[in-house]
Amino acid sequence: MGLFDKFKRGLTKTVKILNTDVRDLFKSEGRLIDDEFLDEMRAILFKTDMGFVSAEEIVAEVAKNFRGRVVQLEDVVRTWKAKLGELMRQDASPIRFAASGPTVIMVCGVNGAGKTTSIAKLAAMFKSEGKSVLLGAGDTFRAAAVEQLTIWSQRLGTEIVTGDPGAHPASVAYRAVEQAVAKQIDVCIVDTAGRLQTQKNLMAELTKIQTSIRKLVPEAPHEVLLVLDATTGQNGVSQAANFTQSVDCTGIVLAKLDGTAKGGVVVAIRQQVGLPVKYVGVGEKAEDLALFQPEEFVDALFADIEAKAPGAAG
Amino acid sequence: MFEALQDGLSGAFKTLRGQGKLSESNMRDGLKLVERSLLEADVSFPVVRDFMKRITDESVGEAVLKSLNPSQQVVGVVYQALIDFMGPVDHSLHLKGKNELTVLMMCGLQGSGKTTTSGKLGRLLKAAGRSPLMVACDLQRPAAIDQLHIIGEQLDVPVFSDRTQKDPVAVTKAAQAHAKKIGADVLILDTAGRLHVDEALMEELKRVDRQAMPDQVLLVIDSMTGQDAVNSAKAFNDALELDGVILTKLDGDARGGAALSVKHVTGVPIKFIGVGEHLDALEEFHPDRMAGRILGQGDILTLVEKAQREFDQDEMLAQEERLKKGEFTLDDFRKQMGQISRLGPLQKVMGMIPGMGSLMKHLDDVDAEQGMKRMLGIVDSMTADEKRNPTKVIDQNRRRRIASGAGVEPHEVNELVKQFSAMSQVMTAMAGKGVKDRMKMVRELQTGAMSNPAGQLTRQKQSSGKRLSPQEKAKLKKQREKELRKRRRDGKGGK
Repeated sequence: MGLFDKFKRGLTKTVKILNTDVRDLFKSEGRLIDDEFLDEMRAILFKTDMGFVSAEEIVAEVAKNFRGRVVQLEDVVRTWKAKLGELMRQDASPIRFAASGPTVIMVCGVNGAGKTTSIAKLAAMFKSEGKSVLLGAGDTFRAAAVEQLTIWSQRLGTEIVTGDPGAHPASVAYRAVEQAVAKQIDVCIVDTAGRLQTQKNLMAELTKIQTSIRKLVPEAPHEVLLVLDATTGQNGVSQAANFTQSVDCTGIVLAKLDGTAKGGVVVAIRQQVGLPVKYVGVGEKAEDLALFQPEEFVDALFADIEAKAPGAAG
Repeated sequence: MFEALQDGLSGAFKTLRGQGKLSESNMRDGLKLVERSLLEADVSFPVVRDFMKRITDESVGEAVLKSLNPSQQVVGVVYQALIDFMGPVDHSLHLKGKNELTVLMMCGLQGSGKTTTSGKLGRLLKAAGRSPLMVACDLQRPAAIDQLHIIGEQLDVPVFSDRTQKDPVAVTKAAQAHAKKIGADVLILDTAGRLHVDEALMEELKRVDRQAMPDQVLLVIDSMTGQDAVNSAKAFNDALELDGVILTKLDGDARGGAALSVKHVTGVPIKFIGVGEHLDALEEFHPDRMAGRILGQGDILTLVEKAQREFDQDEMLAQEERLKKGEFTLDDFRKQMGQISRLGPLQKVMGMIPGMGSLMKHLDDVDAEQGMKRMLGIVDSMTADEKRNPTKVIDQNRRRRIASGAGVEPHEVNELVKQFSAMSQVMTAMAGKGVKDRMKMVRELQTGAMSNPAGQLTRQKQSSGKRLSPQEKAKLKKQREKELRKRRRDGKGGK
């Protein structure tokens, strides 16, 4: 199954919901764009979690272009797509690998976002590319977090560096990078404990972990990935903003996109914080990770609608 | 928690209050803002529609517009609607007698906090004199069983697990037998997290449900969930007939719109809320208090309840006695600080005090926790004598010694002493008064704090007991100067 298919599979539910809703708006050949229509449109957009500002902006765009006209579905969808594509536009941004020595990736996020599983998926991806991987079990707080990552390292056949429970995570991160350098490992992924972005002390700890990694490799961590639960609502914006403030976040891994949640909050995040999405998690297995591609994200959302729209030109 | 919703609503009300005269049209503008803040708080869109319909109907009516204080009326309408949407509530876990086995089943999406919440419930039940048994039914996630065992050890609550089993139904069955054997009276089933659209796993959950015949099925929901909260809650409710919902991670800045939507859509009451990672951070959910909190009216009731639970009652009485005699030492101060810190993070405690919600923003950059620790460190570095009478005893030398002992700057010691003397005045003044006068004093202090959020308690001005005549003042000045000259002379001679 190609990456695109995997991505689409994850979004199927989203598409289903969006499609039914949108087609409901266009019962016949065309429809008058009036206040009632705009309100229904608003309802559909809000359900994607894209947030008040982003949704209102799209509504305003449609209102500007089509108000008072009877239009075909595809015209409106094209406007939506253009608008969303513009919002989500970004460079194709995969992992920035180190020129020499290990590439260090730090993974952070709130409790229960799916950090450890995402790390396993990333490790599996790097392994399949023929790279050697070392995991740093930096979640020394949550009960059995180290065990969870150890089990994954055994399953995937990667190296792992652990600390005693209660050991300072910065020391674990330091030792992990140290070993990665010594053993000439290609990719070193450092796990961190889940923390809410409002916990000042824990956020300061995160900064410290980053600092201690830099002591060994000044340009590291090469990537700091924020794992975001796709079911997250507008709180995602606050997460992205606060984590970016504490560490130099480079991108988002959008986890749990295989449910009915749409992960639309990444639109608001992109708009307000500027953080791009790099990967999406679409299942519980180690290989259920796909590269995020903004055009496909938008296409996948609207593909079906266009195909079935009355009077579609092809 | 709920800050954003609170901010949005108070913004909306401010707009309403700003209007010289409320008309239907500017009322609608204000209500638009209410709608926006609900949406930004992740309240599900259809629920927002219902909510807005209700409050619009009530607030645009004649009764409100013609009332003496329309904006106050609107706040009342919103408050009541919030309560109605989040309530009624039922905190009881409906435990059966101790000679019977009550079964509680936890379920929810991955990462919503089921295992931690199971631990919190275990602790709660144990504190209530029951003997719970936690069962590790999560056979999916690596090391989930270990996690529950570690939590069980921390709480001294037994945990049942079977690492050889792949089927949670069999584990449940064995756990029921085990509970009889060890005499446990409550079974807490910690099931694996699953997506509500995963048919195979939902089917498995139904089989566990049939085997366990749980008395209470509790859905654990992450309070940061967006519009999808309604979908998953509905799906779990259809599959299992939920008895209650537990909202987790409300200690962050989650806007908690899920509380409104889930209750409104499923009708299942919210029983508890998780407010921290530690195993004692579970509170009963009260819609009225929550509504008050959302509207910035504080939550004194919860604070009082917490205080009653956490404070050492004997110590409180002894302090009260000493206060009545006009004694309030740094030792008492330290004990009080210790008691307060037991209530939880300061910011959280402050948020429950009416009027303090808006103050919190100013305090955002101040690390209250750290400040408290420094303060305690300073007091701990003092001798008994210094604690009893700081203003009189502590001189420069002592100040330096205390500062180096506590690892702070000498001026911080000074600040603490100043603050303490201001506070001791208030405390001793309060001790002699009735409840009504005390509340009045607190209110006065609060308005003082509002106008000067960054400042500290100021020393109340007191009468020196007598007025000096100009002659007397001149005489005193002369004396002081003479004293100074003498000192200077002595100092030179000494060199």
